[in-house]
Amino acid sequence: MVDIRIRFDSVSKNYGPVRVVDNLKLDIAKGEFVSLLGPSGSGKTTLLMMLAGFEEATEGQILVDGRAVNDLPSYKRDMGVVFQNYALFPHMTVGENIAFPLQMRGIGKAEIAERVARALDMVQLGHLAGRKPSQLSGGQQQRVALARALVFEPRVVLMDEPLGALDKQLREQMQLDIRALHNRLGLTIVFVTHDQGEALTMSDRIAVFNKGKIEQIGSPRDIYDEPKTRFVAEFIGETNLLEGVVDRTSAGDALVRLTNGEAITVTDAQGLTPGQPVFISIRPERIEVQDAAIASTGANAFATRVADSVYQGDHIRLQLEDGAGTPYIARLDRKSAEWPKGTAVTAIFKPADCKVVLP
Amino acid sequence: MKKRVLSPRMGAFLLVAPLFFFIALFFVWPLASVMKQSVSDTAVLHILPKTAEAMSDWDGESTPSPTLQQALIDDLRAATDEQATGDMVRRLNSAQSGFRTLMAKTIKAANEAREGPVDLLEIDKKWAQPQYWKAISEALSPVTDRYLLASLDLTRDASGSIVSQPPEAAINTAIFSRTLWISALVTFFCVVLGYPYALLIVASTGWKRQLLLAAVLLPLWTSLLVRTAAWFMLLQEKGLINELLQTLAFINEPLALIFNRTGVVIAMTHVQLPLMVLPIYSVLLTIPKNLMPAAASLGAHPIRAFWRVMLPLSFRGILSGSLLVFMSALGYYITPALIGGAGDQMISYFIAFYATETANWGMASALGLVLLIITILLYAVYERLSATRERSA
Repeated sequence: MVDIRIRFDSVSKNYGPVRVVDNLKLDIAKGEFVSLLGPSGSGKTTLLMMLAGFEEATEGQILVDGRAVNDLPSYKRDMGVVFQNYALFPHMTVGENIAFPLQMRGIGKAEIAERVARALDMVQLGHLAGRKPSQLSGGQQQRVALARALVFEPRVVLMDEPLGALDKQLREQMQLDIRALHNRLGLTIVFVTHDQGEALTMSDRIAVFNKGKIEQIGSPRDIYDEPKTRFVAEFIGETNLLEGVVDRTSAGDALVRLTNGEAITVTDAQGLTPGQPVFISIRPERIEVQDAAIASTGANAFATRVADSVYQGDHIRLQLEDGAGTPYIARLDRKSAEWPKGTAVTAIFKPADCKVVLP
Repeated sequence: MKKRVLSPRMGAFLLVAPLFFFIALFFVWPLASVMKQSVSDTAVLHILPKTAEAMSDWDGESTPSPTLQQALIDDLRAATDEQATGDMVRRLNSAQSGFRTLMAKTIKAANEAREGPVDLLEIDKKWAQPQYWKAISEALSPVTDRYLLASLDLTRDASGSIVSQPPEAAINTAIFSRTLWISALVTFFCVVLGYPYALLIVASTGWKRQLLLAAVLLPLWTSLLVRTAAWFMLLQEKGLINELLQTLAFINEPLALIFNRTGVVIAMTHVQLPLMVLPIYSVLLTIPKNLMPAAASLGAHPIRAFWRVMLPLSFRGILSGSLLVFMSALGYYITPALIGGAGDQMISYFIAFYATETANWGMASALGLVLLIITILLYAVYERLSATRERSA
C-alpha cells in the first residue's frame, strides 16, 4: 500500500450558483508527480487553491498525511507554491526572497545563509543572489520562485501553470529540470497545466479535468493510448474521431457501424451492447497507409484519396478523404513512401489501435 | 507633398507657447513681484529723492545742514500723490514713532510757505534730534531685510547686527511651528485613515469599488468652502455630532469641537483625505495580487506578511500622499479661519492679515516667501528620499 499524502474526499466548490469543482475524489501518493490537466474553467486551479488554503471547500474534506486541513490557514499548511507569474517580492533581492520562508520559520541566520546558497546552486543561480527580481529574465525568475518554494522542504509542492509565461524552448528545458528535481528530491508535486504536452512529459499520473470533474486519471501512457471518453481523446494529442453505433459484439470483438457507412472492428469491446452509440478514436500515427492498387478494402480498410500532404520535418502529415468526404489525418514516419496529393490510397485501422470512447 | 512651413521644433514650441505665456503672466510674474515686495522698501525714496542726494553729505550725528533741510522741504512740496505720501509717513513712523504728527506738521508748514526756505526746527523741535534724520537715512535704502528678519522673529539692533525680537513681538516662529504642527497632525490622521481605506478599495471589486472610490472623489469635487461650512454645522455645540452623542447618552455636556484645535484637525483631515487615498490607491494597484498569498504559502502570518511585503511595497504611495497632504495643509486658510479659535490660525491667516488689514505688503510677502522656502526644502528632502529608494529598488 502506497503512502497517501493528499486525499480529496468528495470535495466541491461553489462560486454562487456555479459549481466549479464537483464532488471530486483524488488520492496523491507521497513522492508522486500528478498533473491536473484541463481547459480553463475546468476547476483544476480552484482545486489547487483549495489545497494551498487560498480558497475554502464548500463541501468535502482535504486531508494531508491523514489529517483534515480544511480549517488550517495557508501559512500553517507547509506547502510550497509556485505561482503563474512567480509572485516574487519585488522589493527583496533574490537571496532575500529565498530566505523569506526560512525567516518565517525562525531559523538561525547562519543556517539560512547556508540553505539559501544551496537552493540557489540547485537552480544554478548562485551568482545572482544580490539582484532584484526585476533584473532577471523570465526563466531566471521562474528558477528563483522554484528555489523559494523548495528551500523550506515543504510536504507538498504546488505549481500553478508555472511555465506558461516562458517561450517554448525555455519551457521545455524547465520541464526537464523540474522533472529531474522531482526525481532527485523525491518531491510530492501537484502541477496544474492546460498544456497536454507538458503534462505528458512531466507527470507520473495525469488527472484530466472537465467541468469540475476528473474525466480520467492515469499514467501518461494510459491517458494517451487508452482514452476513455471523447473529451480526453480530443484534449490529449490529436486524434481521428469516428461516430458510430455498435452493430454486434462477439468474444471480445465488436463491429461498429460508422455514420459514413463504413464498418470497423475493434478488439476492446468490454461492456458494449449492440445499438449503443459510441465514438472510435484512432491516433494519426496509428493509421497505416497503403497503395490502393495493392491493398483490398473492407472492414478497417477504407478507400481514400490524399487531400493534402504536408512535410513537417520529423514526420509527414497526410490529410485523407474517403468517398463520403469524411476527413482523416495520418501521421507518417519520414521513412515511409511519399503520397502525392490526389493519390488513391487505402487507410488501414488496426482493430487494436481503434479505441472505443464514450460520447 | 506640401512644403513644410515650420520646423518640427518650432511647431512644438508654438503648441506649448500659450501655456508658457500663461504661466509667465499668472505665476512667475506675480511670484517674482511678491518676492520683490518682501525686500523692497522704496516708499521713502520715492517721495524724497532730493533728500536722498543731500543725505550723502550728512555725518549722521550733527544737526542737518540747511541744504539737507531745504532738500526735504522741496521734496515735500513736490509730493502731490497723497497715497504715496501716506505710505512714506507710515514707513517712517514704523521705524521711529512720532513721525506721523511731525510729518503732518512739516508738510502743512512747507505747503503754506509755498516757496523759499522754512526753518524745520521752528516747526518742531524734534527735527533737532538726529534719530529722526537717521530713520529717514535708513529708510531711503531701496532694499531692506527687515521684513524677512521679522518673519523669523529677528531684527537689527542700533549697531546693525541681527538679534532676536523682544519676546512680546516674537510671534512668527510660534505661528510657523504651529502651522507645521497642525499640518503634521493632519498628515498623520490622513495616513491612519487613508491607508486602510485604500487597501479596502483595492480589495473590493465591481460596484463596491466604484462606490468607495466615489466616496473619496465626491468631496474632492466639492468646493473647499462648502465642505468647511458643512463641518461648521456639524461641529457646533448644538450641531449634529453633539446632539447625536447626547441623544445616545454617550456624553452629558456637549464636546468642544469648534473654535479649537480639535475641530481644525477634524475638518482639515476630512478635506485632505482624498489627497492621501488616491496616491496610495494608485500604488496599491501596481502591487501584484498574488504576493500576499505567496507570503502566506511561505509560512508568513497575515500580520507579518503585511509588515514584510505589503507595507514596504506601498511605502512610496504613503510617502507621496503624505507630502501632498502636508504641503497643501501648510497653506490652509479658510478652514482654520472658520473652525479654529484665535490660537489655531495658521500662517496664511497672518499673511492675509498683513496684506488686507494693515496693508503691510512687505511683511505679507516676506512671510509668504519663508513659507515657500520651507515648502521647497521639504520637497527637496522628499525628492532625495524617493531618489535613493528608487536607486536601491
